[in-house]
Amino acid sequence: MLRYIALRGLLALLVAFTVSLAAFLLLNVAADPAQAIAGEDATPEVIEAIRARYGLDRPLSVRYFDWLGGVLRGDFGESYYWHKPVAELVADRADETITLALSALSVTIIIAIPLGALAALNPNSWIDRVALGVAVSAQAVPNFWLGLIMIILFGVMMPIFPVSGDDTWKHFVLPAFVLGASSVPAVMRLTRTGLIEVMGADYVRTARSKGFRGWPLLRRHAMRNALLPVISVLAVQLGQKFGGSVITESIFAINGLGRLALESILGADIPTVQMLIFVFAIVFVVMNLIADILNAALDPRIRIG
Amino acid sequence: MTHTDLSLSAVADAGIEEDNTSTLSPRQIFRQRIVGHTGFLIGALLILTIVLIAIFAPLLAPHDPYAQSLSSRMLPPVWSEGGSWDYLLGTDQNGRDYLSRLIYGTRVSITIGLGAATVGLLIGVTLGVIAGYFGGWVDHGISFLLTAQLALPGLLLAMALVFIIGPSIWVVIGIVGVLHWTYYLVVTRAATQRIRSQDFVAAAAASGASSRQIIWHEIMPNLLSSIIVIFTFELGIAILAESSLSFLGVGIQPPTPSWGLMIAEGKQAMFYRPWLVVLPGICLFLLVIGANLMGDGLRDIASPEGRNE
Repeated sequence: MLRYIALRGLLALLVAFTVSLAAFLLLNVAADPAQAIAGEDATPEVIEAIRARYGLDRPLSVRYFDWLGGVLRGDFGESYYWHKPVAELVADRADETITLALSALSVTIIIAIPLGALAALNPNSWIDRVALGVAVSAQAVPNFWLGLIMIILFGVMMPIFPVSGDDTWKHFVLPAFVLGASSVPAVMRLTRTGLIEVMGADYVRTARSKGFRGWPLLRRHAMRNALLPVISVLAVQLGQKFGGSVITESIFAINGLGRLALESILGADIPTVQMLIFVFAIVFVVMNLIADILNAALDPRIRIG
Repeated sequence: MTHTDLSLSAVADAGIEEDNTSTLSPRQIFRQRIVGHTGFLIGALLILTIVLIAIFAPLLAPHDPYAQSLSSRMLPPVWSEGGSWDYLLGTDQNGRDYLSRLIYGTRVSITIGLGAATVGLLIGVTLGVIAGYFGGWVDHGISFLLTAQLALPGLLLAMALVFIIGPSIWVVIGIVGVLHWTYYLVVTRAATQRIRSQDFVAAAAASGASSRQIIWHEIMPNLLSSIIVIFTFELGIAILAESSLSFLGVGIQPPTPSWGLMIAEGKQAMFYRPWLVVLPGICLFLLVIGANLMGDGLRDIASPEGRNE
């Protein structure tokens, strides 16, 4: 088990390093960052001055290792736009995004798992069809549009929940629903498939022959095995919620990392963009690692095989 | 993006030959499955209609989608009070006919969907076949690339890249495509591994075929149906990605009629002119659900045993 965790951890570190390099190269090689900062109409002199001021005239490798060295010391550089250390900006706004991501994941769990279980217990019934319909539709709804529809519905017609800001828990209800809805199809389908598979297994048949039916059967025998893959997908989905916060936060005016990302992109604030890409990727990598370890702990076949 | 992990095994199984004990010819079986699959028919009909609208947009649009008219700004659709038959779905904040802009919007969505899904296909299938065929360190390397790509926050990176490079339809196609190849890779890699161990590949190798010949003549034809299935799903994913980028202001730029951009433009007035936001969203929904239903259908048709997965 320890060996397995160490190997996975090493892989995660390697991925984090690769991702930081890829993000750096893409942002610095795909186009000239000095040009993006200066704007389209800037004269060559202005661009040259910006290049010198932000150290963009140094060779690429020097800049990358300079950045990486800073990251290892917890220094992500200074924001071009807010003129503050980027790490401070991100730390100030992380709370909102963590709250949003966790509540979105709760929404996903509350909707997707019961729906998937109901569908699995009654395969090919109308419940199954409704659940499938929900999944197929939810996959095709643009997330930002769902957010706006919620704002129109709750902002004007049923003003139960506030539609803008992040002051109270009520402010997070609608954004969490919108962000959580995007994971419902994947989690629901996986719950359904997993349960149907497990319900056909020998040990469930044995339990059934001993008189277990319905909910007790599900809880004591089927759920545990069926939810193994669901747990790892949930961890991955939680990681994706951070990236997904860009749209939700900008629609609902939540002052978190997603909104910071949009603002810093539109302000050509490359150090901030770079740190956010790095942080979101690290969150994803860590969530994956946790999922791997959880799965190995719950299922001995993985850590031995 | 979020459903990359769905039913991969079912897609990977598609296209691998199966035993069929019935007396019908393969073509008859195929036709039966298509006709019997309601989801596929609905999806295909939606896609066909929207593609036709895109092709014949100049004939169908009642007005020039770019023509502004200050005197007729934000007119409501014909069914609400103050609407007129001149502007069936009303006008936007610049007095442009909304129906015409929605009709021309099909062109943006379809072009970007097809373009980006093709870019992703080229990258993903190439890597997938190489990883699955050669195995070993090549496979490890490519699988590592996959892990790294999955960790990157796609939307954020796409936004940043489009902003830095400068937004245009080709930039959006390239970037969305470059960030959406993992699904192709996962499926073609698994399918290639499976096909590679089959007898007909061993026979080709024994008769002196080179790796290149085996890949092109033995493996690729068997991957085709899986690739078509994924392409259909990726079409929907790419269209949603473009609309998100355009909505956030780092995609298609005004005055081009992109549905995502139209939603962003209508947002300012959405409380008293909700149709400005609702209508383009419905268009996006229909196009994407069409692609998804078609993809689900094609997967079932190619491998009916995966139907319940």
